[in-house]
Amino acid sequence: MSILIDKDTRLLVQGMTGREGSFHTAQCVAYGTRVVAGVTPGKGGQKLEGIPVFNTVQSAVDSTGANVSLIFVPAPFAADAVMESAAAGIPLVICITEGIPVRDMLKVVRFLKTRNCCLIGPNCPGVISPGRCKAGIMPGQIHKGGSIGVISRSGTLTYEVVHQLTHNDLGQSTCIGIGGDPIIGSSFVDLLKLFEEDPETHGVVLIGEIGGGEEEMAAEYVKDHFAKPVLGFVAGLTAPPGKRMGHAGAIISGGGGTAGEKIAAMRQGGIHMVEHLGELGRTARALFGR
Amino acid sequence: MKIHEYQAKEIFSEFSIPVPRGSVARDAEEAKKIAEEIGGGRWMIKAQILAGGRGKGGGVRVAETLEGVAQTAEELLGMTLVTPQTGPQGKRVTKVLVEEGVAVKEEFYLGIALDRAKQCPVLIASSEGGMGIEDLAANHPERIVREWIDVGLGLPGFQARNLLFGMGIDAGFMRAGVGILTKLYRLFESSDCTLVEINPLVVTEDKGLLALDAKIEFDDNALFRHKHFLEMEDTEEQDPLDVEASRHRLNYIRMDGNLGIMVNGAGLAMATMDLIKQAGASPANFLDVGGGATTEMVTKGLEIILQDKNVRGILINIFGGILRCDVLAKGVVEAASKVKIEVPVVVRLDGANVEEGRHILAEYDLDFIVADSIADAAEKVRAIAS
Repeated sequence: MSILIDKDTRLLVQGMTGREGSFHTAQCVAYGTRVVAGVTPGKGGQKLEGIPVFNTVQSAVDSTGANVSLIFVPAPFAADAVMESAAAGIPLVICITEGIPVRDMLKVVRFLKTRNCCLIGPNCPGVISPGRCKAGIMPGQIHKGGSIGVISRSGTLTYEVVHQLTHNDLGQSTCIGIGGDPIIGSSFVDLLKLFEEDPETHGVVLIGEIGGGEEEMAAEYVKDHFAKPVLGFVAGLTAPPGKRMGHAGAIISGGGGTAGEKIAAMRQGGIHMVEHLGELGRTARALFGR
Repeated sequence: MKIHEYQAKEIFSEFSIPVPRGSVARDAEEAKKIAEEIGGGRWMIKAQILAGGRGKGGGVRVAETLEGVAQTAEELLGMTLVTPQTGPQGKRVTKVLVEEGVAVKEEFYLGIALDRAKQCPVLIASSEGGMGIEDLAANHPERIVREWIDVGLGLPGFQARNLLFGMGIDAGFMRAGVGILTKLYRLFESSDCTLVEINPLVVTEDKGLLALDAKIEFDDNALFRHKHFLEMEDTEEQDPLDVEASRHRLNYIRMDGNLGIMVNGAGLAMATMDLIKQAGASPANFLDVGGGATTEMVTKGLEIILQDKNVRGILINIFGGILRCDVLAKGVVEAASKVKIEVPVVVRLDGANVEEGRHILAEYDLDFIVADSIADAAEKVRAIAS
């Protein structure tokens, strides 16, 4: 078991014929993901590595039964791509694209409320259920199947964490990057709910960063509703206020959002906090055991 | 992207939001001329820097003669203004806004910001104009009224009225107030702002409602739709290294420590900064070369780190994914052969093509200190720092 994606996932890639899209599609296929279709408006009828390309998501779904969409469409058109998949009835959309305007995302999240569609991202590395399915840009080989869930706002920091987990013989059920933007589709809490219901997941690692209130809300949720052990880490203790630290959402503003506040709130919620990144793997081993 | 008050007021005027008459000056003579054109016997001279709290820092002044205007402008221009938001180093004033003085009866706060948790814009109003809204939220939350906007609907009249009555404006100004709020929301939405603020909005003796101050922040991700806003960017106040880095699409922020870092990915870069602090050193910068970094970008990044004369050591921390370790290693070697690296460099590589990467570094005759894990990197940084 895993959450969101597994061996039965039939993946569609929007923007598959672009530079990023084609490279990562090949990587996903090499990992064993069933990529059934690509969508690029105007390139319908072509094939890429044997995968059929369609003009619209609807026609791709009708022909191939695709049930998850992975998006590499450039930022100015990415919000539209998310809505196209949701409108075609795809229940899970994973948007990798970085740099989507906030105004576009506000419209997307409003639209998704009227559809039965879960969005992961944007500006994220995607989702992987190790050994079963990879729908994202993470390096597959550092992962290992197992029973730890990973949820993170970051990309390469997640790889670092997963690498340490794997080295400590702690495999993962599913790893999700929720994205570094101020407006994202799924929150820590949304995914904690799924991990709570997944019998194969025995514990969760939460990787937060400065800005916003995701970590605080997760802490509240864990305190009242989450029975499995949770390990947490927050990046940005040394980040100066008012500066955007790479991610559009990673900024300490007047209303708070500092790493110190988040760590305190998470601890309050019963989350075991790791302060030195180098010790994460070892601490995880002690917490989750074998 | 932030813009100056005078630029925000120009945009307000385009949207017919009433502002005091005035113009920006770069020297005392120009300031005096502007005051003369405005006429009257009382003028405001306001330092234009990209930080709030200017009143508290002495950057907002009044003059009652034309000579007074010139003299005040002279004093402000060239001075370093320290406000609660500039940090102790302050910001240099190169422009002042000269405006007509108005007789203020009442002050209010109006703003539109992004509510990340509720995922929609939020309109904020308060009877306590002039104060910082964060202080107000902390000390007098009951004096703040909020309305959350459905982006599919825009701003309906009733929500505007809720805000205006909520902040206690006289009913006689209701129509004008609804007009200003409606225009302000239109500006926020159509210009892709992440923040617009009128603090204070004032009721005057004779001119009705006026936006006495104006603040706008744009969504950087949406600037491709508004190329003309890009021309408003003032890089004078930014650190020259920050400006150079952004020209090369590098995510660089200069800090005041002495250990330079280069990392791929923003989260890992932040975590690496923290690691350096925990190891007893202090980061000289934040540098995220990103997932798609090329050899040239890595080279440029190292050059920029080395231009900072405070740098006593460098930590390169790369977790190879899209950016493969061999590409990074080639960039480091290329940079090392171009620029003279006279400080110790700790390199920690892991992930995609790590063996090739380490091999490339080992073959080069510069003594890189190779770390094989992030914990090891922290230890090696500690050794450099002490």
